[in-house]
Amino acid sequence: MSTTVDEMARRTGAMSSAELAGGRESRATVGDVTCANPRMVCRDVDVFYGSTQAIKGVSLDIGKNEVVSMIGPSGCGKSTFLRCLNRMNDTIDGCRVTGSIKLDGQDIYDKGLDPVPLRAQVGMVFQKPNPFPKSIYENVAYGPRIHGLTNSKAELDEVIEGSLQKAGLWNEVKDRLDKPGTGLSGGQQQRLCIARTIAVSPEVILMDEPCSALDPIATAIIEELIDELRANYSIAIVTHSMQQAARVSQRTAYFHLGDLIEVGETNQVFTNPKHRLTEDYITGRFG
Amino acid sequence: MSNSHADGAPPKRTIDVVNASLKRRYARERRFRLVGLTAVILGLTFVGLLFADIIAKGHTAFVQTYIQLPVTFEAETLDPAGTRDPETLARANYQAIIRDALRSEFPDVTDRRGTRALGSMISVGAPSHLRDMVLANPDLVGTTREVWLLADDDIDMLMKGHINRDLPESERRVKDQTVGWIEQLEAQGRIEKRFNTIFFTTGTSREPELAGIAGALMGSFYTLVLTLLISFPIGVGAALYLEEFAPKNRWTDLIEVNINNLAAVPSIVFGLLGLAVFIAIFGVPRSTPLVAALVLSLMTLPTIIIASRAALKSVPPSIREAALGVGASPLQTQMHHVLPLAMPGMLTGTIIGMAQALGETAPLLMIGMIAFIVDIPSGFTSPTTVLPVQIFLWADSPERAFVERTSAAIMVLLAFLILMNLGAVLLRRRFERRW
Ligand SMILES: Nc1ncnc2c1ncn2[C@@H]1O[C@H](COP(=O)(O)OP(=O)(O)O)[C@@H](O)[C@H]1O
Ligand SMILES: [Mg+2]
Repeated sequence: MSTTVDEMARRTGAMSSAELAGGRESRATVGDVTCANPRMVCRDVDVFYGSTQAIKGVSLDIGKNEVVSMIGPSGCGKSTFLRCLNRMNDTIDGCRVTGSIKLDGQDIYDKGLDPVPLRAQVGMVFQKPNPFPKSIYENVAYGPRIHGLTNSKAELDEVIEGSLQKAGLWNEVKDRLDKPGTGLSGGQQQRLCIARTIAVSPEVILMDEPCSALDPIATAIIEELIDELRANYSIAIVTHSMQQAARVSQRTAYFHLGDLIEVGETNQVFTNPKHRLTEDYITGRFG
Repeated sequence: MSNSHADGAPPKRTIDVVNASLKRRYARERRFRLVGLTAVILGLTFVGLLFADIIAKGHTAFVQTYIQLPVTFEAETLDPAGTRDPETLARANYQAIIRDALRSEFPDVTDRRGTRALGSMISVGAPSHLRDMVLANPDLVGTTREVWLLADDDIDMLMKGHINRDLPESERRVKDQTVGWIEQLEAQGRIEKRFNTIFFTTGTSREPELAGIAGALMGSFYTLVLTLLISFPIGVGAALYLEEFAPKNRWTDLIEVNINNLAAVPSIVFGLLGLAVFIAIFGVPRSTPLVAALVLSLMTLPTIIIASRAALKSVPPSIREAALGVGASPLQTQMHHVLPLAMPGMLTGTIIGMAQALGETAPLLMIGMIAFIVDIPSGFTSPTTVLPVQIFLWADSPERAFVERTSAAIMVLLAFLILMNLGAVLLRRRFERRW
């Protein structure tokens, strides 16, 4: 393990020998990984792509009605970890997950568990807005339709209006629900994707850098939206923007090369990081 | 923007360097465009020449020479008993009526040879034409009517100028005597070229003037429909499975390599395979659209699978993630989102495969499609031939009149290909509604 740290030090270049020594300090997670009211509980999660390990023994809780942000230098495994939470990694050849991840006490990697209904419970919003090449209405209607959540057209219309309203998009699109979803602006598309996700009433929403392709105004709207969604959902968000993490999340987890280095109240992590690597990252010395 | 050198050389501005190279770059671009344009023009010229040649040779096949004669439907010959019994009428000697009509038209011809020459001006198919007329309308018996009778192919060739009247008699298939009769008929306006419905409504025949492409056309149609029904679902299904569901391991690699190999196997090998497997082992009747479609499906499957896999590959993975992310099952993801987006590419591949199948000859020779079949097929298991084999057969026939029929059949085949490709473009447009 020390060789990787040495390599890191050489790559970042500007580390003193004292810092190098500091880099050798424990990679065990600093801070409390648990929370009072957990919805998802992850313990000792390892993820391998073939023979390379992308996530090393990560334990983390995601609480009810909270936003957990995951930050860290790119390639540290944030997306990988997030995709474990709804078994999206199943689609990648050679990806192997060990450890336990529980949703409301149920192990989601249990042999008998079907990932299809799981993904209805744990929805996902992706980095690049990816609406279906169908109408706005069809985009939101797709989830409820395949899961048979509604019994009538009127009910479905209601769900769609509600979802678009929660996603803050209703007023902008209510007159053109039959227009293609791909014709919206980037920010609107991302909110459409959020509406599509919440249309199936998930319990947890995973967001992988949802604003990285958006301009600041669209970003601000989505951030506001995340804060509102917290009332009903648990949210785990990966972001490369520390300001965004600070603005939207209650707890923050800092990842580094596949290790979960530090977890804590967002305020504490940003103002008073306990681990040297976290401090280096948020003060801009690394990352 | 300028970099100053220590040795005091004048600083060179980037924009000057760019400008200097710009000319060269544009020249290269122009050259490339010119080469491309030349290639396209060259290709079009050859296609144009091919079409011009085929049309020049084949257009005359769409008309056919007829001779008008006053035909007396002698009751004594046709229906001596006077019962108007259809069976009697069907078996009557219509040849005799034609002979009588010719004799009364050319009363000076009395010798045996002359009579025979007179009779050979009219096609051997004319009696059955008269029979059909009488059967459709028995009241004709006992009357005299002006009837346009189909001329023999030699007369037809003479009328179309394919037999030169100026040649000495010994080098010509039509004798001077006959030419004289024809000129007499021409003067009376009793000989004329009319639209050749026979060509489009009958099967093939040994007699060129009676030969049509309807049999081959229907054979091709049945074969193609069945080929499509067999190969499209299997091809798309195989592509979907291999591309989206199958684990990537040594076996799937092996399968992929073999599919690519199959695409390059000479088509005649598929014909031999069809003969050995479908006909010899499974007892599928030979010369039928069924066995042809089975063989052609084997041949087109690799094309469809490869094109479909390429189409599936080009669907952005974000669409799959989006569908899986809201809880669609893998099959739903494919059916609702991936397949519709891949459809244009799949259809293009399929149409290319179908066009290949439509024009394929060699493997079909192996499975008996070369048999001489006059009847128009009535289903997937009736013996038939197909257009390209018909072309092959006619091209091989010695009669001059088959030359124009060969070209005409090629024109029909090309027309079908163009129609199919047009259909492909339209289908693509429909499916390609980019949102
Ligand atoms: N599909 C994959 N196959 C193999 N390795 C992968 C794959 N996806 C990600 N990785 C590797 O896993 C590590 C973590 O990647 P990722 O989770 O995308 O990082 P982050 O989202 O934090 O930038 C990286 O080293 C990356 O190269
Ligand atoms: Mg990422």
